[in-house]
Amino acid sequence: MISRILAAVAPEGAETPNPLLPADYDILWSSVVFVVLLVFFWFKVLPGFKKMLDERAQAIEGRLADAEAAQKAAEARTAEVEADKAQLRAESSSIREDARAEGAAILAELKQQAAKDAERLSESTKASLLAERDSAANALRGEIGALAIELASRIVGEKLDDDKVANRVVDEFIAELEGKKAK
Amino acid sequence: MLSALSLFRAEDGEFSPPSIFEFYPEIVAFAGTPFAINRIMMIRLIVMVLLIVIFWLWTAKFNKAVKTGNVVPGRFQLLGELALNFVRKSIAHDQLGEKDGDRFLPLLTTIFFMVFGMNITGVIPFANIAGTSVIGIPLVLAGVAYVTFIYAGTKKHGIRFFKNSLFPSGVPKPFYILVTPIELLSTFILRPVTLALRLLMNMIAGHLLLVLCFSATQFFFFQADGLLSLFGVGTLLFGFAFTLFEILVSVLQAYVFTLLTTVYIQLALADEH
Repeated sequence: MISRILAAVAPEGAETPNPLLPADYDILWSSVVFVVLLVFFWFKVLPGFKKMLDERAQAIEGRLADAEAAQKAAEARTAEVEADKAQLRAESSSIREDARAEGAAILAELKQQAAKDAERLSESTKASLLAERDSAANALRGEIGALAIELASRIVGEKLDDDKVANRVVDEFIAELEGKKAK
Repeated sequence: MLSALSLFRAEDGEFSPPSIFEFYPEIVAFAGTPFAINRIMMIRLIVMVLLIVIFWLWTAKFNKAVKTGNVVPGRFQLLGELALNFVRKSIAHDQLGEKDGDRFLPLLTTIFFMVFGMNITGVIPFANIAGTSVIGIPLVLAGVAYVTFIYAGTKKHGIRFFKNSLFPSGVPKPFYILVTPIELLSTFILRPVTLALRLLMNMIAGHLLLVLCFSATQFFFFQADGLLSLFGVGTLLFGFAFTLFEILVSVLQAYVFTLLTTVYIQLALADEH
């Protein structure tokens, strides 16, 4: 009361108000402000704040777990890949071994085949040479016989009409020759 | 605005120092009723609204972060977290532990930001007076702190709280003649009184100092003759320095008020006194 009056009247000659004695409106408005702010902080701000902090802690924990799981998965994958790689390496080396062995086998077979072929070729060559020599010898035999008879008949001066005799003589001569050659 | 009274007088060419009437400005509405409003009451209501607006925005940010699952706060949100965590961690949890700290956190948070908000208006241009520089707020908050620590003590220890407070254990019986009145005085009378007066007197003194500096500056610059006006430079610098000092005092008093309330609660909850 007193302070209100004091505030209203001019300061001159007025009693000095005591700052330790509250005016009723002072207490009222202080209380109003306090109660409003208390309710506001209690039921609006702090629950939201706490919820946010909790959510954040949870989210961070969740993310850590996720990261751990991801790490584990990555490790497992790495191990898998390593195993695959080792297996592939082993496989490829075995394939290489096989190929090498197969190559060697093929080579050997080819060599054998070639040797065989060569042998066969030389056989057939030899045979054909023999046949040719034989035929050449036969041909020569006929021709040389005729030539020799002609030569002999000329030398002898008489014509040997009897072919039979002539052939026999020639054959005998050639057989003689062959016998000489064989020796 | 600093002091309409002294400025008005100064225009007559005569310097008048700030007086206690600084804190009893003209009633502008509801005069004669308990709802009377003057400048300081208006400042209190404006501060209340501003606090609600700022913390509403912060709360909206927090809620949005929860909704979107965002765990990385922006700058604005981080500022709110720092402010709220200062009371939560550095004051409540440090003194009371997490469980009891969270129990009393709404009250402690309210006290801290209310006291700070009301204090800081002392240096804010156009307000220029602290909402806590009349006894209402200091008295109400000290009363709340008083009721709260007695509630905390009796809730936990029942009637033993008063016995523990007034008859501390480990003291030889005859000494109670001396100790008990001292404990009664210090715990149940001086605690709330000092809580209220420390805040009130800091704010009153701070305001008077600032008014003195700036009204003197006004006087030296515009009323004083010749070389005397050079004193105005000095008083202006002092005014600037004290403004910075008052910002510090605003934070410090809010911290001290909240911390002491917490400590009183902590002492009431402690098993031995």
